[in-house]
Amino acid sequence: MENYYSKEIETMPVEQIRELQNEKFLKQMQHVWNDCPDYRAKMEKAGISIDDIKSLDDIGKLPFITKDDLREHYPYAMLAKPLSECVRIHSTSGTTGKRVIAYYTQHDIDLWDECCARALVAAGATKEDVVQVSYGFGLFTGGAGLNGGSHKLGSLTLPMSSGNTDRQLQFMIDLGATVICCTPSYAAYLAESIKERGVRDQLKLKAGIFGAEAWSEEMRRDIEAGLGIKAFDIYGLTEISGPGVSYECSEQTGMHINEDHFYAEIIDPDTGEVLPEGSEGELVFTSLDKEAFPVIRYRTKDICVLTRKACSCGRTFIKMVKPRGRSDDMLIIKGVNVFPSQIEAVLLEQGYQANYQLIVDRVNNSDTLDVNVEMTPEKFTDNLGEIADMEKKLVGALKAMLGIFAKVHLVAPKSITRSEGKAVRVIDKRKI
Amino acid sequence: MTVKQISVFLENRYGQLHEITNILAEAGVDLKALNIAETTDYGIVRILVDDVPKATDVLIGAGCVISVNPVQVIAVPNKSGGLNEVLGKIAEANIDIEYMYSTVDGKDDVAKLVFKVDKPEELEKIL
Ligand SMILES: [Zn+2]
Repeated sequence: MENYYSKEIETMPVEQIRELQNEKFLKQMQHVWNDCPDYRAKMEKAGISIDDIKSLDDIGKLPFITKDDLREHYPYAMLAKPLSECVRIHSTSGTTGKRVIAYYTQHDIDLWDECCARALVAAGATKEDVVQVSYGFGLFTGGAGLNGGSHKLGSLTLPMSSGNTDRQLQFMIDLGATVICCTPSYAAYLAESIKERGVRDQLKLKAGIFGAEAWSEEMRRDIEAGLGIKAFDIYGLTEISGPGVSYECSEQTGMHINEDHFYAEIIDPDTGEVLPEGSEGELVFTSLDKEAFPVIRYRTKDICVLTRKACSCGRTFIKMVKPRGRSDDMLIIKGVNVFPSQIEAVLLEQGYQANYQLIVDRVNNSDTLDVNVEMTPEKFTDNLGEIADMEKKLVGALKAMLGIFAKVHLVAPKSITRSEGKAVRVIDKRKI
Repeated sequence: MTVKQISVFLENRYGQLHEITNILAEAGVDLKALNIAETTDYGIVRILVDDVPKATDVLIGAGCVISVNPVQVIAVPNKSGGLNEVLGKIAEANIDIEYMYSTVDGKDDVAKLVFKVDKPEELEKIL
């Protein structure tokens, strides 16, 4: 039997959700207009007044917020409450530029915890469970989010943070953790370590919630087999709140968006035009009841699809499929959207290193994709036939993932051009 | 006789083979045999050397992908029908030859051949 943390909301008829969203959206816009000078300035610049926003149907008139907007107004971008009312900050990693700082009032924390509690319950957790949170704690939202969700649910929470695998396994075994929350790569690593130590039969794990990184279906199956659990995906961005913006249910076919708190749109990343349900495009979020750091039409750069198809779990919240990649990285080859991250996932699954180069070209008016992959000592064999088979297998796996044919070239190790230590991943000769 | 053969992954581009022989020559490693198996994109260079540990060290140090495998070196009489006779015995014993090549090592009356077979013990036995 399916359990829900907020049954009435999570299974609310779609028209009622829309009504609730509409009501909350108008309030949120009023708050933004009055208290968020950064966004009000954007609206005024676009010639939009609060009087033009009469219902959720008018959302398309509003300007987008991009990561650049948030960076530009560092450190108080989009702040809509006095600091005295804020109780916490979190921050993005800042690997691609200035950090973005997100502010939270107690209300915002409660809302976020509720989202994570829903994710835990959708993964089968109850207050009887022991939840091991092995996401990093600190500025990163992973640890704080699931920790808060587990508290809210009333489960015994182990705030392990990441790393120190020996201690992780010791607590997992000694305290009988039943739910693990961490990044999928750390889950895969834990599964390896458990296998090495031969302690699998001492585990009580039944479910895991894994997010903050891209992971494939194959990786899901490996983690499930390795840990003896059901593995659930979770999605979120610090800019929107943190993990739990959407969460997976028992059907494992996409993540339900917490629609009473967030309104999702899919847009054409080039034109900004809103696309109909079922189209692939860039995911855009609007917060519906945040206080300190409301986001209106935030462009996530994640490319995915939304679907309202009825879900076997009974939840009526719209579902998003796992994002296929980032709009920045998207290549259109033979009319198909291709993401380097998909190719990387295939390479790692097939035992290659993530050292590759994609060469896109146009020959006789038709696009071609060549993938250079470095041979590794582990894959190399003295048998030419075996190497040819390996290559064929890789071509097949790429075709299955991308839907188009890619020619594979096995190249010498360290032969892929590097600029400042970072490999040049994509060479698109069509643009030259 | 069983010896250790070094196989090196070779990208099929100009000068690659010379790079490998150069690495070995600079380290003072003597090449006893060399064979190339290739496709249009890549190949495998198989070599026998006088100093296997040193050769593997310098090749790995230069970033080559290598593997070391046992192969059989067989002395074949350097006379008319000599190779034919050896291959006949191998076929009779139902031994499968994966590949073979000759060495530069040998005297006037014998040629030394390198064999990679599925049943190396039996090859040693029949020859
Ligand atoms: Zn569902």
